[in-house]
Amino acid sequence: MSRPFFRHPLLQLLVRRVLLGLFSLLLVSIVVFAATQMLPGDAARAVIGRGGSPDHLEALRHQLHLDLPAVTQYRLWLGGFLSGDAGTSLVNGRPVIESIAVRLVNSFTLLVLVLLIGIPLAIGLGIVAAVRRNTALDTVSSVVALALAAIPEFVIGIALIVFFATVVLHWLPPVSMVRPGTSVFARPLNLVLPVATLIIAIFPYSFRMIRASMIDVLDSEYIEMATLKGLSRRRIVLLHALPNAIAPTIQAIALTCGYLAGGCVVVEFVFGFPGIGQGLVNAVLARDIPYIQCTVLLLAAFYVVVNLLADLVAILVTPKLRSAVS
Amino acid sequence: MSRHVPRLLAIGSARIGSILLALVLAITVLGPALAPLSPLDFIGTPFQAPNAHAWLGTDVLGRDVLSRLLLGGYRILGLSALATVLGVLAGALLGMTAGYAKGAADEIIMRLLDVVLAFPQIILALLFVSIIGPELWLIVLIVAGFHAPQVARVARAATLRVAEEDYIRFAETIGMSRLKILIQEIFPNILTPLIVEAGLRFTYSIALIAGLNFLGLGTQPPTADWGLMINENRIGLATNPWPVVIPVLLIALLTIGTNLLADALGRVAFGRVEAGSDEAGRAARNRGPALPRADSAGVAEVQA
Repeated sequence: MSRPFFRHPLLQLLVRRVLLGLFSLLLVSIVVFAATQMLPGDAARAVIGRGGSPDHLEALRHQLHLDLPAVTQYRLWLGGFLSGDAGTSLVNGRPVIESIAVRLVNSFTLLVLVLLIGIPLAIGLGIVAAVRRNTALDTVSSVVALALAAIPEFVIGIALIVFFATVVLHWLPPVSMVRPGTSVFARPLNLVLPVATLIIAIFPYSFRMIRASMIDVLDSEYIEMATLKGLSRRRIVLLHALPNAIAPTIQAIALTCGYLAGGCVVVEFVFGFPGIGQGLVNAVLARDIPYIQCTVLLLAAFYVVVNLLADLVAILVTPKLRSAVS
Repeated sequence: MSRHVPRLLAIGSARIGSILLALVLAITVLGPALAPLSPLDFIGTPFQAPNAHAWLGTDVLGRDVLSRLLLGGYRILGLSALATVLGVLAGALLGMTAGYAKGAADEIIMRLLDVVLAFPQIILALLFVSIIGPELWLIVLIVAGFHAPQVARVARAATLRVAEEDYIRFAETIGMSRLKILIQEIFPNILTPLIVEAGLRFTYSIALIAGLNFLGLGTQPPTADWGLMINENRIGLATNPWPVVIPVLLIALLTIGTNLLADALGRVAFGRVEAGSDEAGRAARNRGPALPRADSAGVAEVQA
């Protein structure tokens, strides 16, 4: 490396991506704040309803900082959010962070289970399909993946409920009704259908990704060389090809996490799963503004961060991109 | 595009896709004329099993399920088509402008679109719908807005290729205005990737609009709508499953049909799968800045 490290183009590209990510986050926070400012009427009025006394209304306005200019409100709100105080819920008067924390744990459980089961499944089947390229098995699994990719999550979820929980079989609970605030581990069976739905939703993308990159690698000259040397097929696939094919999959996992930030909303609503997505829908129905702001900002931040990680990984593992900038 | 049709129908998945799409289209188009009863009339007790009067039984409020099914599809299809067309046109305009203007305009347009892509879309949709209300025009605009950035990338890439061609140089030399060149010379020549992209986007439109209806944030009761029907009638699954099962099937078949067809169209039009077509994968729909992916080369092999 002849030039100083801080001038290295790769580093500059990474820094640019990180700055773009931070800029996106700032814009997200502005949009979230501005959107809730656009609520017809005034938030305090919306909460109290028509019956509230003027004093009560004034007190709530003051509590919500509605009597201050918008820019000051934004600064106070963002400052509070960053220091871990996202305001109090307008529905139950408790700190928003408190009730979101429990839901976050539940949603995180869902996310981890989906990734732990779904990604290895997609990798395994992707490898099998790539190794047996153009056989009936490969064609069928590719078409099935394409079909599954098209179906909306809520349709998958309801179909699973119909099959396994109500009409055809009665093996599993159709909804994950637990008291808000309880851990989902209290009744593990409740997790089966939401996890299955999200696995089916994320499977096609990772499957196609690993299959395609595996085929690329298997076609390369060094694999041909290994074959000519007389190495066993299994050894070639698992020891020589897989490590090189896995890189795009890391990106797929990060993008899948990003997708799950939005996917959890609909799927948690379908199953009544007490996670952050269901909390958001409830808050939207109750017009609980601090709650909506906090949830949306958290989900958006998570989304921006995983997308950023996906980009960074892609830059680091793609030699073409690395050399293109240097 | 018409020269592609025979080659398209030679692909098995395209044939399946066309049949599925034709089936659901027939139901939505002919449905309103065939509905035996009004979709809004109460004809009996809720959740009756199928009988001679109501062939698929009654729903949560005792309305005829068959009539509601036949009338519940055309709105989803119409709104999805509208959102897709608007999104593709807006995206094409932005992408062509960026690709043809190059320089600062290109940089500004594309970076702004990057920022739009950095928002989680369904959550943004929830935010706006909860504030402005479940208006159909808003849903169409939101969905179109989701499409525009990705379409713009496709359009920009295609424009960069076309802009190097001699006929563009010629048009510039004879003093044709830049707007005229965009519309008369570039647009017709990037139509193929745009149509393929529109096909993939259409599936996404249907999924998103049906999903918002399901959440109760789109079409409002008492209107008959497949997404809404699923949510309204799920409490009666044990008594009369049909008002849930059939809309689920119809939406699934419709989206599978459009996706298989769009994917095959992409393969035929380019002789391989364009980078954009793994948009069929959900995770890809919302992803950040485009990067070369290993995906593009491999998927085509199936039909090569």
